[in-house]
Amino acid sequence: MTAIPLSHALVLACILFVIGFVGVIVRKNTLFMLMSLEVMLNAVGVAFIGAGSAWQQADGQIMFILILTLAAAEVAVGLALLIRMQRRFRSLDIDKLSQLRG
Amino acid sequence: MLLLALLPFYPLLSFLLLAGLGKRLSWHAATLISVGSVALSAISSAILVYQLSSSEATVISVHLWQWFSLAMGADIGFSFYLDALSAVMICVVSGVGFLIHLYAAFYMKSDENFNRFMAYMNLFIVAMLILVLADNLVLLYLGWEGVGLCSFLLIGFWYQEKANVLAARKAFIVTRVGDTAMAIGLFILFDWLGQLNIQEATQLAQQNWQVGSNQAYWIALLLLGGAVGKSAQLPLQTWLPDAMAGPTPVSALIHAATMVTAGVYLIARMHGIFLLSPEVMNYVAWVGALTLLLAGIAALAQNDIKRVLAYSTMSQIGYMMLALGAGAWSAGIFHLMTHAFFKALLFLTAGSVILALHHQQNIFKMGGLLKRLPVESSLFAIGLICLIALPGTSGFFSKEAIIAELWSSPTAGAQLWWCAIIGALVTSIYSCRLFFLAFLGESRNQSGLHLCNANRMRLPLLALALLSLFGGLIHLDFSSVFSLANRASEAVANARANEPIWLHPIAIAMPFVGIIFSWLFFSDYRSNKGQEIPYKATGFIGVCRDGVGFDWLYDWLLVKPYCLLARLNRRDVLDQVLMLNAWYARLWYGALSATQNGQLRWYAAAIGVAVMCLVGVMAL
Repeated sequence: MTAIPLSHALVLACILFVIGFVGVIVRKNTLFMLMSLEVMLNAVGVAFIGAGSAWQQADGQIMFILILTLAAAEVAVGLALLIRMQRRFRSLDIDKLSQLRG
Repeated sequence: MLLLALLPFYPLLSFLLLAGLGKRLSWHAATLISVGSVALSAISSAILVYQLSSSEATVISVHLWQWFSLAMGADIGFSFYLDALSAVMICVVSGVGFLIHLYAAFYMKSDENFNRFMAYMNLFIVAMLILVLADNLVLLYLGWEGVGLCSFLLIGFWYQEKANVLAARKAFIVTRVGDTAMAIGLFILFDWLGQLNIQEATQLAQQNWQVGSNQAYWIALLLLGGAVGKSAQLPLQTWLPDAMAGPTPVSALIHAATMVTAGVYLIARMHGIFLLSPEVMNYVAWVGALTLLLAGIAALAQNDIKRVLAYSTMSQIGYMMLALGAGAWSAGIFHLMTHAFFKALLFLTAGSVILALHHQQNIFKMGGLLKRLPVESSLFAIGLICLIALPGTSGFFSKEAIIAELWSSPTAGAQLWWCAIIGALVTSIYSCRLFFLAFLGESRNQSGLHLCNANRMRLPLLALALLSLFGGLIHLDFSSVFSLANRASEAVANARANEPIWLHPIAIAMPFVGIIFSWLFFSDYRSNKGQEIPYKATGFIGVCRDGVGFDWLYDWLLVKPYCLLARLNRRDVLDQVLMLNAWYARLWYGALSATQNGQLRWYAAAIGVAVMCLVGVMAL
């Protein structure tokens, strides 16, 4: 079995990260923004896994598990906020939440 | 010594108490504190005068503390100086002040701001005592401004009405013109003599300056400016009639008996410098003479009882100025004292009458008061015969003393003597007109009388009436104060021997001529049967009623151009330059607050762009 070169994993991670980032910026619906955030987190995870396997170190996988937990916690809080938002504003449009403007 | 040091502090303490406790004090407590403190001052003044007259020394002085020090070793102390002149003044201020306080306590009893009123009155007594006791000109100026402040506060006491506030403002601004002249005078005096202590400055001036020298001329002229403003003389007299907007006890205390005589006191106090400038003495005499004539004529055309009295105050202070200008220092101060007695009496009695008639001040709507208010009417009549100066009353002694010195005075002369005589005639005519209109005939006022506390209010009135009748018998000895003036009087004594003999009979007869004239001329006022008397204020009479046109003149000469300029420059040119700062700040505010638009996605994009920039910079 030939090892996948590190550069491939990093390119994939970059592509995923950019897709996620563009999603966060372009989407108005908060639910889709959360999903895009998830994509960005996983892109970082791919980079860690790739680096871990390239150097034969367990650290990469440990970091990935940490990121998974972080993502789970973030989604829990994010979804709860999402429900409150829907109840209060009857909409999930993030642009309507702009009371903090200067 | 201690008595003198404490003299102004009793009313000051009372002022602080009343001002601090405010409405928590009941009427009884407030009256006890305020009237009692002035009574203490009055008693102390009496004891001090007794000490002064019984001891060898002609001066009692006390140094309380040093206020500040100036260049050339001139220290400004908080020191009091009591000689015969200031002794008379403290007696008038605290004695008459006490009677007026006592009256005011009943007069203002039902006013909801009674405590504030009494606090202001006490503060006035403090400032006036400091003014007359000051041993240097800076302390005198402190008292001078203090009485001006109290006058402002008390004219505008009923500040809910616009007219009162306007009158207060007018009084403040007009007297400020004079005060500015006086302040400049003090600066120049300090610059040339390096001394502001009154006695030492007078001495230095006598040693260093010739009679008729330029320095003395300018300083005396500027001090005269201050005196003219405070004493409501030409050309700064316009504020006094309007000042009658204040409560009547205020008119009696401040605008008749004490404050308006501060200018007279200032000139008498600085007589050493005025003696060096006969030219300015002549000006003083002419200012007095013109004021007494103009004010007398204006008083003839008034229909408000208080304004008649206000103009008569101006005219009587004109007599004092005339006396000072003629070098009759003692006579001027003597008239100041007797005038304080009878004018306070007149004002307070007028206050009682006004109160009894439900705040009716128009004399054309009074009439027949002699039958309805016999006590007040006779008290008012006593005040009027003192004002007219019928023989035997206090006004007679003081006014005759002034008139007697005019003819052969080097700085006055025959013309001014005639002015004073005509003034006496006018005085008696307007007094009779007032008395006939308000007190004789039948009543033209159908509403019932409002008498409350009338008996208690009569007490101070009776005391003042006694003082007015017999105050002329008080012998004032100013020989120690005005010793400088006595030296030059030999020539005057010679001139006096050559006076025509008809001077005195004419002076004494003039008031009677006035009474007989008005008895005939105003006969329909006298024997009115209760029908309306038309009050015509057109043409010349209207001009006289409005203060002989001075208000109109100043309005067109000063007030209107000033308002026009202010309106033209509404958007102040200098202001625009300063506003550039604000414009710059607003520019940045706009730019920066535009970035804080509250849009989460914008923030995320901004973070992304910034990271890319950073990475780019690092890669390069």
